[in-house]
Amino acid sequence: MSKVKVAILGSGNIGTDLMIKLGRSDVLELTTVIGIDPDSDGLRRARELGYTAIDSGVDGFLEQPELADIVFDATSAKAHLYNSKELQEAGKKVIDMTPAAIGPYVCAAVNMDEHLDKDNINLITCGGQATIPMVHAVNRVAPVEYAEIVATISSRSAGPGTRANIDEFTETTSRAIEKVGGAKKGKAIIILNPAEPPILMRDTIYTLVEEGKMDEEAIRKSIQDMTEVVKSYVPGYRLRTEPFFDGNLVTIFVEVEGAGDYLPKYAGNLDIMTAAGVKVAEEFAKNVLAKQTV
Amino acid sequence: MTKQRDILLTEVALRDGSHAISHQFTVDQVLDVTKALNDANVPYIEVSHGDGLAGSSVQYGLSKTNEMELIEAAASVADKSKIAVLLLPGIGTLHELKEAANLGAKMARIATHVTEADVSPQHIAYAKELGMETVGFLMMAHMAPVEKLVEQAKLMESYGADTVYVVDSAGYLLPDQVRERIRALKQSIGVNVGFHAHNNLSLAMANTLAAIEEGATRIDGSVRCLGAGAGNTQTEVLVAVLERMGIETGVDLYKMMDLAEDIVAPILQSPQEITKDSLTLGYAGVYSSFALHAKRAAKKFDIDSRDILIELGKRKVVGGQEDMIVDVAAEIAAKKEKVLS
Repeated sequence: MSKVKVAILGSGNIGTDLMIKLGRSDVLELTTVIGIDPDSDGLRRARELGYTAIDSGVDGFLEQPELADIVFDATSAKAHLYNSKELQEAGKKVIDMTPAAIGPYVCAAVNMDEHLDKDNINLITCGGQATIPMVHAVNRVAPVEYAEIVATISSRSAGPGTRANIDEFTETTSRAIEKVGGAKKGKAIIILNPAEPPILMRDTIYTLVEEGKMDEEAIRKSIQDMTEVVKSYVPGYRLRTEPFFDGNLVTIFVEVEGAGDYLPKYAGNLDIMTAAGVKVAEEFAKNVLAKQTV
Repeated sequence: MTKQRDILLTEVALRDGSHAISHQFTVDQVLDVTKALNDANVPYIEVSHGDGLAGSSVQYGLSKTNEMELIEAAASVADKSKIAVLLLPGIGTLHELKEAANLGAKMARIATHVTEADVSPQHIAYAKELGMETVGFLMMAHMAPVEKLVEQAKLMESYGADTVYVVDSAGYLLPDQVRERIRALKQSIGVNVGFHAHNNLSLAMANTLAAIEEGATRIDGSVRCLGAGAGNTQTEVLVAVLERMGIETGVDLYKMMDLAEDIVAPILQSPQEITKDSLTLGYAGVYSSFALHAKRAAKKFDIDSRDILIELGKRKVVGGQEDMIVDVAAEIAAKKEKVLS
């Protein structure tokens, strides 16, 4: 089977974890890792693994645009504004891992198929990737009036970018709970826990279903099915306990253990982002390859 | 004109007390309390959901009245006192901060867990831009060694905080531990140092006096102990004690006593005292707002709420993790079931 060429923009934690995951893909061929610091651990590893390592940012990559058709942007929201414009002009598909959200929000388990034709898609936030599938799972069988999620992550897994722009997490996630999850109103809370050894990512999802629409059995089944879908690309995704039902409120407890590729296992929040990125890119690639064969 | 104040008090009943009454404040209650506090010459009055701006949630409890209405009401009757708001990054955002400032809030208290100050620069800077006085509020101060607390306080100072508070959210610290923390901050930062106590071990007053002796000049209190857990340092009592010590707060003692008795006491569903749950908070080092949630979970699962709180303390749960209460309660109940069967 032929593969679609991809590049990673950003050689930090997310970029390097993506590098390891992409090495296992059947439909994606990682060719290039792009950074701005030739001494970064990410670029050093890229060279060791035989990938083209570019240390002059997106402009350096665009001198050899034939290296990739799909580009993951794992830089920052601010840098993405520039990168996105340049890459779009060069006709590249862009998977935005930053909170810039120029393109539509995509949750890998929920609405990927609707956006396979877009040039730029946004992966929301780690909390969004972990919780929106559950909001959707309830909403598809019992309309959700209000959904609230609480994401607790280990302090060690929250990088300086997340910390300096923590409002972007709450605001982007809240909006995506509505737009992608389907809740009439969404709210997101993030908590950093510094306990040692670091805790796994935990998410609690509260959904209030419309009056008279509670169907406990259907909701339980839908949640179970959705857990399996997410688990298919994030193996460490699981329900911590059975969902709780109390009147119109359904409470769902989720835990995300990372795959331990580049990032440690506790960093399930970062793992679910990179895993979702790879999943979406694979669907893109299958779509492109299918068109080529037709 | 009022005399120079040695200590500037912040009354937190209309924020921390929100926990104690499950966030059920009404506009009339806030108007009455604020008018009386303003009349008693309390310099700062904090008004927000217990978990700060945008705290109204299933996780922490939904507010009966939109907090912005409460802030607006308070600001409308406070011509001497300044209205303060609390904001926890990760819960509230710049958006709510701006709304509160537009409604008349003059002080922004930006709260983070004691080791996570670097989520606050955006909010402190923006509060300054809005012309607000800024406070960095380092919560659960018992959970970090003194050196770490100093490092985090320096960060908040560097972001532009006018004051940095040591916040004993669990009411866990002993007087000597308060003393060494305040002393270390006084030696290493240039801005005001503040202290916020909880009375879970009946040490709020002793700890507050220790803090003042070491140089803290900003102190929180809650009138009639209307705060989370067993409440905070009781404001009217503190005013009396400080007056006897010759420390000027500028607050009218008789008026404070009257408002405590006539206006605040009737708001309380039951008198604030050190119950076995609040004692356990202080003993185990657990965030004070967890008390009522643990009590409800214990009832639901038919277990002892103290077991839940002790387990939460062991797991080093931080402020805001109320969802862990049900989680841990379910676990304890399941274990109990196993033993019995």
